[in-house]
Amino acid sequence: MLDALIQGILLGGYYAILAAGLSLMFGVVRFINLAHGDLAIYGAYLVLFAVEVLGLSPWVAVASVVPVMALLGWLLQATLFARTIKGGFLLPLLTTFGLGAVLQNGMFGLFGSDTKSLGNHIGNLSWASWQLPVGISVGQLPVITFAVAVAVLGSLQLVLSFSKLGRAIRATSSDPEAAELSGIDARAVHRAAAAIAVALAGLAGAFLAMRALINPYAGPTQLIFAFEAVVIGGIGSLWGTLVGGIVLGVAQSFGATISAQGFQLAGHLVFLGVLGGRLYLAHSRNLGGWRGVLGMPALPLKSATQLKKVTSEGRS
Amino acid sequence: MTTYAVERWTRSGRVTVGAAAGVLLVLALLPTLATGLVIDKLTTLFIYILLAVMWNLLAGYAGLVSVGQQAFFGVGGYLALRLVDAGMTPYLALIVGAVGAGLVAIPISTFALRLKGGEFAIAMWVIAEVLRIVVMFDPLVQGETGTSLLALNAFDPDLRRNLTYWLGLGALALMLSATMWLLRSRIGAAAQAIRDDEEAAASIGIDVMRVKQIIFVLAAFGCALAGTIWLASAITFLPRTNFGVQWTVFMLFMVLVGGLKTFEGPIIGAIIFFLLQEVFGDLGVWYLTGLGVIAVGFALYLPDGLWGTWRQRTGIDLLSGGVMLKNPVTVKRAT
Repeated sequence: MLDALIQGILLGGYYAILAAGLSLMFGVVRFINLAHGDLAIYGAYLVLFAVEVLGLSPWVAVASVVPVMALLGWLLQATLFARTIKGGFLLPLLTTFGLGAVLQNGMFGLFGSDTKSLGNHIGNLSWASWQLPVGISVGQLPVITFAVAVAVLGSLQLVLSFSKLGRAIRATSSDPEAAELSGIDARAVHRAAAAIAVALAGLAGAFLAMRALINPYAGPTQLIFAFEAVVIGGIGSLWGTLVGGIVLGVAQSFGATISAQGFQLAGHLVFLGVLGGRLYLAHSRNLGGWRGVLGMPALPLKSATQLKKVTSEGRS
Repeated sequence: MTTYAVERWTRSGRVTVGAAAGVLLVLALLPTLATGLVIDKLTTLFIYILLAVMWNLLAGYAGLVSVGQQAFFGVGGYLALRLVDAGMTPYLALIVGAVGAGLVAIPISTFALRLKGGEFAIAMWVIAEVLRIVVMFDPLVQGETGTSLLALNAFDPDLRRNLTYWLGLGALALMLSATMWLLRSRIGAAAQAIRDDEEAAASIGIDVMRVKQIIFVLAAFGCALAGTIWLASAITFLPRTNFGVQWTVFMLFMVLVGGLKTFEGPIIGAIIFFLLQEVFGDLGVWYLTGLGVIAVGFALYLPDGLWGTWRQRTGIDLLSGGVMLKNPVTVKRAT
């Protein structure tokens, strides 16, 4: 049980890296990139290519693929996404969904249908573990992934809080027109955000390929997981993606102890539960809390009555 | 004050409906003439048209972009299998199964329709995945292995082919008429108002939730019908195929190429998709990659699709969804 909990928390680190990019795109450029998962898998295939064909060491490969992915994100935003976001919410969904289909089938055509993994290129890291005093062992790779996730979110936080780009991103995401009036090039900010988002997707894909087998059609599932982490953690919140990732990871990890299908099912159900809960809260708030839901009259506010009492006592 | 006569039927509209009735009659009699191969292909085409029209009803007319319509495609087939297992006649089970999937859509709609835009799209996808996993727990489906509608083997192959064909043709004619009727009713006008501005629509007294629900359930039923007819022609039921997201990819392609928000567009898109598949289907993944490229190209450069662009350029509209306001002096058109 404790083992499943720890595994779930560490899995949350991977989801946080994957979801941070999706959340950034949604918060800044204001659309959901349905090809995010496919871009992650594409990044993983680039790392595999660098290792197997170019003969780079795995970590060097990851370090060189991340900037390539950033460039790809910049290009996608400049050529594709910038055109589509003008057409309401419908066109970005259709375009990125189509892009996903292109990536999946293109990767199948280029790299073949075999499932692949980076696991056998990183020595014993894929299975090595550290022993904790209470008799629990934690995998080294999950711990490294989690540490990288915290580092990534931390540096993203620093960039957003203190750098000029960060200020521009925050300004654009809260009000693009006002930001433009203040001399910010919103389209350049969008390109920067897309570059960061796609680079993070590539990094997440590399970690996925180290821990598991991937195939060209693995992207959509990863997109769903990333989206679930974003929604559970709260849309537009950076550290929320880590919280959401951990909740999702723990749910999946416990689900997997019940049955093989339980891994996905538990995550989906937690996601739908959180969505439902959020809808219910918004709904009941509109109607005046749970009393509103039940059709009961609202109670007079306690603090107001107390205040009255105090003032009347003061007068007497 | 001038009183306008409201005219729904344009001359081209009458001609089109007349021609459609003629085509329907020819298609209904076709099994007496055509070879089995042609009948099979046409059944597939009917399924594609049905899916495209249903997705356009959701996305084009009600603004509900769902990436999870495969949920109903799969559930319809699954329910039909269950009903046949319980002893129902196969062809009745195909229809009742689709109705069942429409009923399943009602509780889903009360939840999903409260979500907006992209959230709705992905939540529908998650719901489809949940339904797939739940269906795979059923011992009848045997998890990944899937199962077959063996009861259909009791029919003579030629008869089975023709029955499935007629079922497909009937379902298509029914759903096309229902969609046409719905779009010309108050609900259709209300749905388009909601699509364009939900708050404005609510403020003039449209029951937003109810209108969306009607469209959602009808579209679910249509997709489920397509799913059961697909089951009848493919015989096998594989959870990963029947609940596969590729169905939504196909729907999106057909609607985007033909023309979103038009009645004729999805039909044209489905025929193009069918022809592309016939010609280039053997290329496998590169064919599918090409479909993706075409879809992205249309989204970027021709977002109104072929029919939408043609209608804008020429002003020719076969089946108008709007009304004509006529008085003796002026003829004004409003949509």
